[in-house]
Amino acid sequence: MKVSYFPGCTLKTKAKDLDRYARESAAALGVELAEIEAWQCCGGVFSMATDEIASKLSCVRALADAAKQGQPLVSVCSACHNVLKQTNHAMQTDETFASRVNNYIAPDAPYHGQTKVLHFLELLRDEIGWDAVRAAVKKPLTGKKVGAYYGCLLLRPSKTMAMDDPENPKIIEDFIRAIGAEPVIYPYRNECCGGYVTIEDAALSKKKSMQVLDSAQGAGAELLVTACPLCRYNLDKNGEGKLPVVYFTELLAEALGLKED
Amino acid sequence: MQRIGVFVCWCGSNIAGTVDVEAVSEALKKEPGVVFSTNYQYMCSQAGQDIIKNAIAEHKLSGIVVCSCSPRMHETTFRKTAAAAGLNPYMVEIANIREQCSWVHKDKLTGTEKAIILGRTAIAKVNLNAPLTPGESPVTKRALVIGGGIAGIQTALDIADAGFEVDIVEKQPTIGGKMAQLDKTFPTLDCAACILTPKMVDVAQHEKIRIFSYSEVESVSGFVGNFTVNIKKKARYVKEDVCTGCGLCTEKCPQKNVPNEFNLGMDNRRAIYIPFAQAVPKVATIDPRYCTMLKTGKCGVCSKVCTAGAIDYKAKDEYIEEKYGAIVVATGYNPISMEKFDEFAYSQSKDVITSLEFERLTNAAGPTAGVLLRPSDHKHPKTIVFVQCVGSRCSGAEKGKEYCSKICCMYTAKHAMLTRDKYPDTDVYVFYIDVRTPGKAFDEFYRRAVEEYGVHYIKGMVGKVSPQGDKLMVQASDLLANKQLHIEADLVVLAAAIEPDASARPLATMLTASMDTNDFFTEAHPKLRPVESPTAGVFLSGTCQGPKDIPETVSQAGAAAAKVIGLLAKDKLTGNPCVAHSNELMCNGCSSCERVCPYGAITYEDKEFRMPDRTTRMRRVAKVNEAVCQGCGACTVACPSGAMDLKGFASAQIMAEVDAICK
Repeated sequence: MKVSYFPGCTLKTKAKDLDRYARESAAALGVELAEIEAWQCCGGVFSMATDEIASKLSCVRALADAAKQGQPLVSVCSACHNVLKQTNHAMQTDETFASRVNNYIAPDAPYHGQTKVLHFLELLRDEIGWDAVRAAVKKPLTGKKVGAYYGCLLLRPSKTMAMDDPENPKIIEDFIRAIGAEPVIYPYRNECCGGYVTIEDAALSKKKSMQVLDSAQGAGAELLVTACPLCRYNLDKNGEGKLPVVYFTELLAEALGLKED
Repeated sequence: MQRIGVFVCWCGSNIAGTVDVEAVSEALKKEPGVVFSTNYQYMCSQAGQDIIKNAIAEHKLSGIVVCSCSPRMHETTFRKTAAAAGLNPYMVEIANIREQCSWVHKDKLTGTEKAIILGRTAIAKVNLNAPLTPGESPVTKRALVIGGGIAGIQTALDIADAGFEVDIVEKQPTIGGKMAQLDKTFPTLDCAACILTPKMVDVAQHEKIRIFSYSEVESVSGFVGNFTVNIKKKARYVKEDVCTGCGLCTEKCPQKNVPNEFNLGMDNRRAIYIPFAQAVPKVATIDPRYCTMLKTGKCGVCSKVCTAGAIDYKAKDEYIEEKYGAIVVATGYNPISMEKFDEFAYSQSKDVITSLEFERLTNAAGPTAGVLLRPSDHKHPKTIVFVQCVGSRCSGAEKGKEYCSKICCMYTAKHAMLTRDKYPDTDVYVFYIDVRTPGKAFDEFYRRAVEEYGVHYIKGMVGKVSPQGDKLMVQASDLLANKQLHIEADLVVLAAAIEPDASARPLATMLTASMDTNDFFTEAHPKLRPVESPTAGVFLSGTCQGPKDIPETVSQAGAAAAKVIGLLAKDKLTGNPCVAHSNELMCNGCSSCERVCPYGAITYEDKEFRMPDRTTRMRRVAKVNEAVCQGCGACTVACPSGAMDLKGFASAQIMAEVDAICK
C-alpha cells in the first residue's frame, strides 16, 4: 500500500524521531509513506477567521496533490493533522471558501475535499488493523505501563476530526495493547498541555503540564506517549524528569524490532 | 344545476363595518346557480337561521352558501339548520368574510370586492357538491393501556371506575414503573412507595382491570372503536396463577450474580426473581439469560423448593388477541445513557452516578437499605456535587437533547435537601444553568434547600470530573463570581436528561400515531387537545408525550381517561363523510397512496374487472377504510393516475374554486 505523506516542519527539525520511526515502522508494516513533493508548512494552527484563505492554501495544495495521486494523505504530527483535516472539511462543506481557494491556486482539477486525511494512528487502526500490527510485533513491550497522552489537537473538534470519542478516547490505548504494553488510563490524558501559551506564560503552561504528569503518575504510568511535538516539548521541559515522554512511533519501532539499542 | 341560496351575515358591525353586505348579496345574486340571495344582521341567531330554513323551503334550494365567519365557528350550526329544513348538511358551504376579509382590510371597497370573490368561490364549489352521508361504526367497550407506570395505573383506574373494562400491558414483570424506584416525592416529600403501592393493589384487585405483565404489544390493526391488538405474553417460566409469591425460590436459586435492574445494577439478584417486595403481580419470573436450568438443563433448584409447584421450564411465549375501543399510550421514559458524557467520568468511576441511582441509594429498600454510601468503598460521602442539565438543553443536540427535562431541578433540590437533613456534616453543591421551579409549592421547596438547608447552589457547569485516588476532582465554573472552582468530591450525581422509552418508536408505527423528532408522541393540538393523539382512538398519558413530574402525569392520566370514557360511552361512532375514495377504474394499484397515508387507512384488494373484449381480468386496486380515513387528502395528491379523490373536497371542486377566484 502506498499513501501520500505530509511530514511537516517540526518533523524535519525538532521531532526527527517522530518522522524516522514512522517511516521505518510503516515500511515494516507494508505501507510506503510517499512524501509529497514541495510541501509547505501546514500553517501551524487552523485559523478560525473565515474571511481569509492565505494560511490554508499550503494545506489545500498538499491535499490536492494527494488527490491527484489518488492516495490518502497521512501525517503523524497532531498539529499538522488537525490543520489538514479541518481544512479538508472546510473544502467539503464551505462552498464560498472552496471556490475562493480553487480560484486562487487553480489546481489541475478543482479540489473539493475528496482526499481521505488520515493520522498515522488511523492508518494503523483503519487501514492496517491492530491484528496485523500485533502480528508484526517482534519485541512486545510486555509489562510496560504506558499512559496515552492525547492532548487537544488529535481529537477536537470531534465532529471534524471524527477520530475517537473526545472525552473517552481509546485509539492510543488500543495501540499500546497492540504492541504488547499495558495502557494506563488516567483522567487528564485529553487535557491541554499548555500548548503555545508556553511562549507567553511559561508558568501557566507548566501548571497544565504538571496536572497531566501528576495524573498519569498517580495512575501508575511509567512512560507517556504522544503524537504531538509541542506536547512532548511542554511535558519534557516542565516535567522535571517526572515521567519520560516519547513519540508513539518510537515505541512502535521498538516493538517491531526496528530500533537499534 | 343546483338551486343555491346565498346568505350574507353582518356579524353586527364586525363584517358590516368594512364590507358593504348589501352590495355583496346583490353581486352574488348574478352567479350561476344562485336563485336567492339576502343579508341579515346575525345569521347565526334563531331569526337568521329561520331565514335560511324558510328560503330552503320556499325556493327549493339544493345548496346554500353562508358568507360569515370561519367554518370552525359556525359550520356545524348552519349544517344543522340545513338538516332541520331537510337539506343534506354537506350541501352547505361557508365563505369566511370575517377573519379573512373584513378584519384585515380598512378600506370598505377592497373589503367588499374580496368578500364578493370569496362568496363566488364558495358558490362555485357548492355547484359541484353532492349529498354525503356519514357512516357509523360500533364501539368495543374495552380500553387498552400500554405501560403500567403511574400514568398507566391512574388512567386504568379512572376508566375502570367509570365501569369500563381495561387491560394494562406492561413489559416488565411488575407494574409500578419508575415511580416504584423513587424514594421521596417532591414537593411534599411523601414516600413514593407509600402513595404508589396502594394504587398498584387497587389495580390488581379491580374487577374491571386485567394486568398483562411481562407482556408486549405485538401488532395493532383496526381503527377507533374497533382496534384488534395482538399481545405477546413472554414466557416467565412460572405459572402466574399458581405462584404464591412466597419468594423461597429467589433465596435458593444458586445463580446469584445477575445485575438487579430495579436497583440499576448496583446490587445483584438471582436468576429467578421478584423485582421488589410490593410487586404486582407478586409472582416470580425466571430470567432465561441467566437461568442454568434453561441454558444447560441442569439445576432445577427452584422447582424443587417451590411448594406450590409453580415452576414450568417448558413455558412458551403466548399470544393473545383482544379487541379494544380505545388505546392509551403510557410508555414513559428512561434517563439517557451517560456514554457520550465522559467528561463527567461516569464510566471511569463507580462514584459518579445518575440521579435515579441516587434515588436507589437513599431508598430504604435499595442496595444500601437507605444509608447513603459510596458505591466504590461503602464510605459515607462528605462532599457531594450534583450536576444538573446533563444532556438536557444541549444546543445543536450533537449529544444529548435540546429540550429541558423539566423534573431535574426539583428532584436535585430534593436530593440536596434530604442529604443535608440526614447528614448535616455533608457539603452539598449543585451546579445549574438555570433553576426552573414553576409548579405549586415548587419554588418554596427550592428556596428551602438553599436557605434552610445550606445547599451551595452555583450557577455554572462542571467541565470535568477526574477520579484521583478515592476522590473525584471536579473542575467547574462559577459564572456569578467569574472564577474557576476545583472541588474534591466523594460523590458526583448527574441529573441525566430523560428520553422516551425505546419501545415508543415501534409502537407509534404500529398505532400510526405521530411523534416529534425526540420520539415524544405528538398531541392532536398542543393546547386544546393535549391528551389525544392525532390518530383517532389513541390517547396519551404521562411522559410518553413530554417530560412531566408526577402531579402533572397523574392529571394528564385522568384527562386521558376522561377522553376514553367519553368515547367508550358511545354505542356507535359517526364518521366524517369527507373521506377519500378511489375510482377503481382509474387505479393502477401502484401503492403511492398507501405509502403516504399517515393513518393506515388504505389497503389493496384484487378485483375482477370486465374488459372491453368481454374477458375478465384481475387487477389490484386501492380501497379506503372510511372509518380510519381522516380526510387529510395526502393520497389524492400522491395518486399519479388521479384515481383518489376526497369526498366534499374533490379535485374538481378545488379547481372550480381557484377558477372562481381568478375570474
